[in-house]
Amino acid sequence: MYKQIFFAFKSTLFLLAGAALLFTTACNSAASKGENSSDSAAANTVRIGVLHSLSGTMAISEVSLKDAVQMAVDEINASGGVLGKKIEPVIVDPASDWDLFAEKSKELLIDKKVAAVFGCWTSVSRKSVLPVFEENNGLLFYPVQYEGEESSKNVVYSGATPNQQLIPAADYLMSAEGGGYKRFYLLGTDYVFPRTANKILKAYLLSKGIPKENIVEEYTPFHHQDYQTIVSKIKKFAVGGKACVLSTINGDSNIPFYKEFANQGLTAATCPIMAFSVAEDELRAMDTEFLVGHLAAWNYYQSIDIPENKKFVAAFKSFCEKKNLPGGAKRVTDDPICWAYTDVYLWAKAAEKAGSFDVDKVRAALHSLTFDSPAGNVKMDEKVNHLAKPVLIGEIKPDGQFSVIWKTQGLIDPQPFFSLTAKK
Amino acid sequence: MLISAALLLIVALMELLLKINGIKSGKQAGARWVWPVLLAGMVLFFAIRIATDSSGTYIQNLFSGISLGSILILVSLGLAIVYGLAGVINMAHGEFLMIGAYTTYSVQLLFTNVLHVHSNNWFFIAALPLSFVTAGLAGLLLERLIIRHLYARPLESLLATWGVSLILIQTARSLFGDLTAVKLPEMLAGGWQVTPGLVLPYSRLFIIGLTVVVLLAVHYTLTATRLGMQIRAVTQNRSMSACLGINTRRVDAVTFFIGSGLAGLAGCAMTLIGNVVPDMGQTYIVDAFLTVVIGGVGKLLGAITAGLGIGIFSKVLEAFFEAVYGKVLILLLIMIFMQFRPRGIFPDKGRAAAD
Repeated sequence: MYKQIFFAFKSTLFLLAGAALLFTTACNSAASKGENSSDSAAANTVRIGVLHSLSGTMAISEVSLKDAVQMAVDEINASGGVLGKKIEPVIVDPASDWDLFAEKSKELLIDKKVAAVFGCWTSVSRKSVLPVFEENNGLLFYPVQYEGEESSKNVVYSGATPNQQLIPAADYLMSAEGGGYKRFYLLGTDYVFPRTANKILKAYLLSKGIPKENIVEEYTPFHHQDYQTIVSKIKKFAVGGKACVLSTINGDSNIPFYKEFANQGLTAATCPIMAFSVAEDELRAMDTEFLVGHLAAWNYYQSIDIPENKKFVAAFKSFCEKKNLPGGAKRVTDDPICWAYTDVYLWAKAAEKAGSFDVDKVRAALHSLTFDSPAGNVKMDEKVNHLAKPVLIGEIKPDGQFSVIWKTQGLIDPQPFFSLTAKK
Repeated sequence: MLISAALLLIVALMELLLKINGIKSGKQAGARWVWPVLLAGMVLFFAIRIATDSSGTYIQNLFSGISLGSILILVSLGLAIVYGLAGVINMAHGEFLMIGAYTTYSVQLLFTNVLHVHSNNWFFIAALPLSFVTAGLAGLLLERLIIRHLYARPLESLLATWGVSLILIQTARSLFGDLTAVKLPEMLAGGWQVTPGLVLPYSRLFIIGLTVVVLLAVHYTLTATRLGMQIRAVTQNRSMSACLGINTRRVDAVTFFIGSGLAGLAGCAMTLIGNVVPDMGQTYIVDAFLTVVIGGVGKLLGAITAGLGIGIFSKVLEAFFEAVYGKVLILLLIMIFMQFRPRGIFPDKGRAAAD
């Protein structure tokens, strides 16, 4: 019986591999046929690639970024386009599959000859397309906060670097205003972002005089659902007082974690959770009553009270409603959505400034560029392809929005390679 | 750390004894006393620990283990029955869990938006039987339309059910989108504070209770009803049962309904502690198969022992190591275990085991 099952599995794998191969070939040939017919009409347009997962596990997060890019493109096209050309987005679906990300980016850069690509969410997808962009001298706009330790000339990182999210959050918690916390529980999902983020946080906290025994680091596998033991460990840890959790828990593990946290009697007053991966878009799908009062650190919130943002939020809601996208007018904006939208404008502005869509010229024009984004005025760094921007601490409200309770003075310059983790 | 090392040692020693015993007497299955002794040892061990432990940590860990174990039992029970009866590796079993959870979500929407019920306790009470029925019907449909034609072909049925699982996940994603949160019923919010350090959440207590009730109901159905006897007969020997006039097709269909329904019930319970997302079934399916295989295919008692065993072991290991290493260790333990007892804790014996 077991042998049978084993063989069944083995043959299944072979069959699946074969089927997948056939399917991809069929798709590719179909795609290339479609492309030839539309090629001739492209004289007055400039193509950009949109590389976000529209199916699979990451779709829940990434679809919103595709929508934001689409909206920015529509807005720019409505006001005359870039350098007199309309933007034509080529939307592909890498289906939350890292290998497919590389394949699709090759297709965008080589076959479709796009001027720039807007895409990726996870660091692993970015890492898998990086060689493709460097080899073909493409330009990828990456809108999500990441772990740093990487700065390619072919990627524009508009999300936060560690010092634009982690360090100010730790500073806030240690400050008298933030509660003067002295004991830190670093909890994350086991992959590259939490591991690196916690390494940086730990080094920083140690450098600020927090003793080693007051910092606990722990990881869970992806899709971890059962947080009973971990929460009881936190509870024991919190008995010492002045304790908080720095959470890099990813995606669907958040709900079970916050639920268990509340069920075992812990509250934001006794032990707040500072989250680095929970934004408005994720909160939409959560039962927020367990999260109220807990914190997050981002560079943008939907609740930011400036005209640019009010316009942006209203435009996004009506865009989703008009296009009949799932959620309609109930959709919300958040940090990655803001930067995905801003990216298109940054690219368009740099292209206008350079007078060309050439990647090298656009990159040169990007440096020191300023833009009135929904998060306020932001500035591209002079040397690296990163944004200087403010950092805000938000408190979760019952409606799934954040109220900004603390803000850094002025813009924080990006530091993709954070000095504390550099090997001495 | 010490405890888990000690437990590991105990298991290894027991198995060694078992192996020697088995070789000596020329039997493969070995002594029957080993597992009860091991279980009693564990209980004694925890009892001593609990008695000498003032902070409540061990009770908390034990409770966590039982809670995880009860979830595993609930999820794998249906699978154990279906797998035992039809020998079909139903890759879509996790999706019946998902269907149960989405049924709960829909019932909640119905109660708050259409019927305007203010108390949010009633929706959950209504959702429990409804999720059983919906998932059961979905299972019945799957059996009638697809699996029925593939009974003698394990490879094809595995592939087909896997395809169905993918289709169901994407259908849920298109149908419900990502705006799905089930509110915790008021009566199950919070927990029972035993000591200041020890809180037992009501939602988890409820799931443990539900598991006990479901187990008793399934046990009763299988042992005391005509249908249950037919199911057991077909599980043991399909062609002989057919010769004796049992309509095996009908038994297959009904078993699928019950098995899938149980998964739906588990999905409904799961909304209390976890997510309602399209691929939630995928999270549990591997653990469910592990439980079934360790327990011995088609064995109720096996599913209970394996579920509780995996649950308690995971939580105890997790308390001393990180969650990631806890998971690795538990898989390692299972691999070692399967080396010694490839047919599970309670394998088929006698002539029924021949195939």
